[in-house]
Amino acid sequence: MSRMLPYPLLAASLLAMWVLLNGLSAGHVVLGTAIAVAASHVMLALEPAKPRIRRWYLLPKLVAIVLADIWRSNIAVARLILRRDQSKRPSGFIVVPLELRNRTGLVILAVILTSTPGTAWVEYDSTRSTVLLHIFDLVDETYWIDLIKNRYEHLLLEILE
Amino acid sequence: MSASILSWSLLIASLLLGVALAIAAFRMIRGPRAQDRIVAFDALYVNAMLLLLLFGIRTGSTLYFEGALVISLLGFVSTVALAKFLMRGEVIE
Amino acid sequence: MMQADQLPVWAALLASALVLLGAGFTVIGAIGLARLQTFYERLHAPTLGTTWGAGGILLGSIVYFTVAQSRPVVHEVLIAAFLTVTTPVSLMLIARAALYRDRAERNPLVPPDDASQETDA
Repeated sequence: MSRMLPYPLLAASLLAMWVLLNGLSAGHVVLGTAIAVAASHVMLALEPAKPRIRRWYLLPKLVAIVLADIWRSNIAVARLILRRDQSKRPSGFIVVPLELRNRTGLVILAVILTSTPGTAWVEYDSTRSTVLLHIFDLVDETYWIDLIKNRYEHLLLEILE
Repeated sequence: MSASILSWSLLIASLLLGVALAIAAFRMIRGPRAQDRIVAFDALYVNAMLLLLLFGIRTGSTLYFEGALVISLLGFVSTVALAKFLMRGEVIE
Repeated sequence: MMQADQLPVWAALLASALVLLGAGFTVIGAIGLARLQTFYERLHAPTLGTTWGAGGILLGSIVYFTVAQSRPVVHEVLIAAFLTVTTPVSLMLIARAALYRDRAERNPLVPPDDASQETDA
């Protein structure tokens, strides 16, 4: 079973996508299954780290927090862009030390921080495990470090470890 | 009643997106450096995709949505290829 | 426009508000792309268009097509999932490429790379 379907979740979602896009019929189910199985064998050649999520029940909380933060920072960044005087706003780089070592966790954190307007993930240093971020509105450096450490990293550590 | 509300708001939204497309194109021409042009290109294809979604709502046709999916796929791949080219000087090593 | 006249007024108002909200955020992001001074500031501007800009328009489309009951809501969900995965990846790659180029030119605006400077010396 595991040799036939190395990534069951990936194969299932590919099949679901195929059927949803093309309409439900026997032919499309067969074709979609063939493509899903072939694609998961291609993934096997790439050897991605298998994500292991320990606490599933905390994921909705993370999603809710991220959506609320994206909404708030959208408004904040929109306001800053429309402000007349652009020279007053400080923006710059900060280096945040991370305790998170898990690859999946780092990917999720990078996606969260980059898709939130106002913060951009620039570079991760794996030897020192620090991340270089660019902050749009860098009034208080400790506020941002505190936000990233306590709001996202803590929860991600709880979910993954 | 509801048809006129929708058609007016879709018209206004399309105009706004047209303005966004024009600004992104302006930044793409202006530069000043290659990375600015790539960020502008990224914004440009996302805006074009959103405009296509608005056409989809206006006509009620699914075809526009598949077009939007294709645009976002190709746009993503080309942005990644361009960013990789900036970094390494070649796309496929 | 197809069966839009059978649409209840609240649905039309909700879909219109969401679509206008999305288009508004997108255009503000584009204004930021033109107005902001440095490259790394401009990097933040397109995320407005890809988060709530796209989100508003997709939600408006979901509301419209669900109430009009003309087709199941599949494409919007797929596009939203695809955008959330791809835009951070492309922005991160562009940021890293820009950082690499700026460091190669020893631009004083970006933080230097400690590890490579040790090997340089």
